[in-house]
Amino acid sequence: MAQDVSVLVGGKAGDGINSAGAVVAQLLNSVGYHTCTYYEYPSLIRGGHNFAIIRGADHPVDVHRNMVDYVIALNMDTISLHSGRFHEKTVTVFNSDVVKAPGQGISVSAALTSENAPAIMGNSALIGAFASSAGIPWDTVSEVFNRHIPKGADINMRVARKGYDQVTAVHPINRIGDRRFSLISGNEAIALGLIHGGLSAYVSYPMTPSSTLLHFLAEHADRFGITVIHPENEIAVILMALGISYAGGRPAIGTSGGGFCLMTEGLSLAGMAEIPLVIVVSQRTGPSTGLPTFTGQSDLHFILHAGQGEFPRFVVAPGTAREAYAWSAVAMDIAGHYQVPAFILADKTLSEGTFSLDPVQLPEGPFRGPVLWDGSNTYRRYADNGSGVSPQAFPGTRGAVVKVNSYAHDETGITTEEAAIVAQMTRKRLRKAANLAEAMEAYDTVITDGPVHAGTMLVCWGSVQGACTEAAHELGLRAVRPVVLSPFPEMRLKQALEGARRLISVEENATGQLAALLRLHGITVDTMVLQYDGRPLTPEMLVKRLKEAGV
Amino acid sequence: MTDRHLITDAQNTWCPGCGNFSIQHTLKNVLTDLEQEGEDLDQIVLVSGIGCHAKIADYLDINSFYSIHGRAIPVASGIKLANRDLKVICCVGDGDAYAEGLDHLIFAAKRNIDITVIVHNNRVYGLTTGQYTPTSPHGFKGKSTPMGTLEYPLNPVELMLASGGTYIARGYTQKRDQLKSLIRGAIDHKGFAFVDVLQICATFFNMTSQYNPRVYPLPAYDRSDAGIACEKVREWDYNSDAPIALGLFYQRSALTFDEQFRHQSLHGKERQILIEEFLATRQ
Repeated sequence: MAQDVSVLVGGKAGDGINSAGAVVAQLLNSVGYHTCTYYEYPSLIRGGHNFAIIRGADHPVDVHRNMVDYVIALNMDTISLHSGRFHEKTVTVFNSDVVKAPGQGISVSAALTSENAPAIMGNSALIGAFASSAGIPWDTVSEVFNRHIPKGADINMRVARKGYDQVTAVHPINRIGDRRFSLISGNEAIALGLIHGGLSAYVSYPMTPSSTLLHFLAEHADRFGITVIHPENEIAVILMALGISYAGGRPAIGTSGGGFCLMTEGLSLAGMAEIPLVIVVSQRTGPSTGLPTFTGQSDLHFILHAGQGEFPRFVVAPGTAREAYAWSAVAMDIAGHYQVPAFILADKTLSEGTFSLDPVQLPEGPFRGPVLWDGSNTYRRYADNGSGVSPQAFPGTRGAVVKVNSYAHDETGITTEEAAIVAQMTRKRLRKAANLAEAMEAYDTVITDGPVHAGTMLVCWGSVQGACTEAAHELGLRAVRPVVLSPFPEMRLKQALEGARRLISVEENATGQLAALLRLHGITVDTMVLQYDGRPLTPEMLVKRLKEAGV
Repeated sequence: MTDRHLITDAQNTWCPGCGNFSIQHTLKNVLTDLEQEGEDLDQIVLVSGIGCHAKIADYLDINSFYSIHGRAIPVASGIKLANRDLKVICCVGDGDAYAEGLDHLIFAAKRNIDITVIVHNNRVYGLTTGQYTPTSPHGFKGKSTPMGTLEYPLNPVELMLASGGTYIARGYTQKRDQLKSLIRGAIDHKGFAFVDVLQICATFFNMTSQYNPRVYPLPAYDRSDAGIACEKVREWDYNSDAPIALGLFYQRSALTFDEQFRHQSLHGKERQILIEEFLATRQ
């Protein structure tokens, strides 16, 4: 029988729900499970209800499920707001000081008092109680505390032991293996992929859900030898990054939709001046300030079309942490080689969720590397050769005058309004787009799953793939997903969808942006399943929606 | 590269009598001096915004980043951060740096990043054919304010002093020798150097007859004394008929933003190992 367990941890903001969720995920990790963790929290610092759902399974999982098998309740809301997630065998452990519920209650205050521990360690008592209820051996618990709680592991462990000893095993979680995965968030996967791809500088202004990417890279800047800058606003972010890139650095920037609005003039400059740049946009619920801490997929067309004028761009929407890692490295390479803006389009679910990454099977490449000036002849920044990619030299290179320009310019980079040159340079930029599209044949730009002959096929993009793939399995459908959205993999997608009698798009927006993009490429979507309340689709929700749609 | 021309073949389209000629000529002379002193001009980068001033990026045959309106300063900051060996000179306009991109100007001063900002301050939008800018006097009649602007000008020199700039000067296109020494001083200064250059717009706002009788060179005083500097920068508010002091108002040495970064670029293999080591901590 497949092993698949879900644990809900809930409390109020400030209770340390994120760290409690991370420890529970590590407990599952240490008994051999693949895990994923979904965090939901309101946009405030103290108070309000926070929760995490940690799922562990004997196969890779990218999405949480609605129903949970264990509940760790730090407050009463965790019981009352989530009762719909409980089934008859759901095991509940709770803080009996504040929660009245069936299940196993322990007094957190008593555990803290007996160990003379501060209030913030209260959730350790409940984690201990959970581990005991799940039959996880104490040795495993203490090892996880030692490995993953760097400060005060001893006292936390004594508090946990109080909880552990008061609870009996109800529903054991079996050890299914000895290997452990690396648990990282989607934003951390992006960060590590960028570093793998040669990142030298990260420039960003804080905006949820991209901020943890900034925080992670700032914290580890020295470790990875990168420069991290948080400037005055997003306009400065993109322009500073373009300055860094022009001078030979390899920058990336990150933001969410609202911040990206401010970057569009800089984006168009990157397109015109042909300056490599990687842009991470993590979507949240819009429009405007929207729901800052909730998810959405409503910026696809914005990213595809942002910026005045026409210029090539690369857009990839990874659906998993593994893809986020791999494609972030590739985006660095594509930006550098083709001298185009390269987007990594994520969302809150992927960015802030935590996933199991197999550290011994890190995906890689293929990489092309930058095209550099060989030092011969007079340097012309926009030399128009066959490929449209002009060799780069950086200021400070002996004998090269490197002129880049936001105006229409000639091959040397000097402003021109000559009709023939303007047209020639436009064609040069478009040739890069054609070459980029051709180069994409070497990558897995379209992911397919499920039976080839399924009459009904689901098509989706980004993190919603987790729900789509599982729903497709359950209903015997085929799930198809373009990972690269520009240049659009039209031929491959058409092949993947061949034989579909009914095509259903599944998206976390209100208008069906992928469906519209498909229509533009001659692919007709018959039904749209759209979710736009900020909450990610779960497999159960999607199965229900598909059945309602007559599947 | 030696004996380089320094001027490109691009056709010059500034109006006859434009103050930009003086600034370009002065900058070219400064560059020539630097080269004669053994400086490698390939290590110099010029960054411009958009406006009449910005055409200087096309005209000077040195590395250049002809950026967008108001955004030269963050570009220049990025260049300096990526390669501290480069000398980065920003030519910006008054509409450019005092309106569209004022935030960047203030923050560059606040950070004391080691770049030079030369403001071609003609106190009018030239390329968009004559509208008021942040330094136009009250009542200025431009195309967007035909009845006269209702705003008072800001005093950019005072603003830079308040923002933390470590080299703050004002020059005038008709005082070329002084302008040259101010620009040279700015380039040599380690830290954020700012030169507001009063420039004639021959077509839309020719202030020659107002400036010439009022300008005077600053007297000797301790340039690191912010109190005296503040008094001096407030003497003329860009609106009144007060005397207009020219020269270096203030200079001090301070830690620069860029020198506080420890770059240690890593190779692919080293990165790979560090990534694997990091991932192991999450197991």
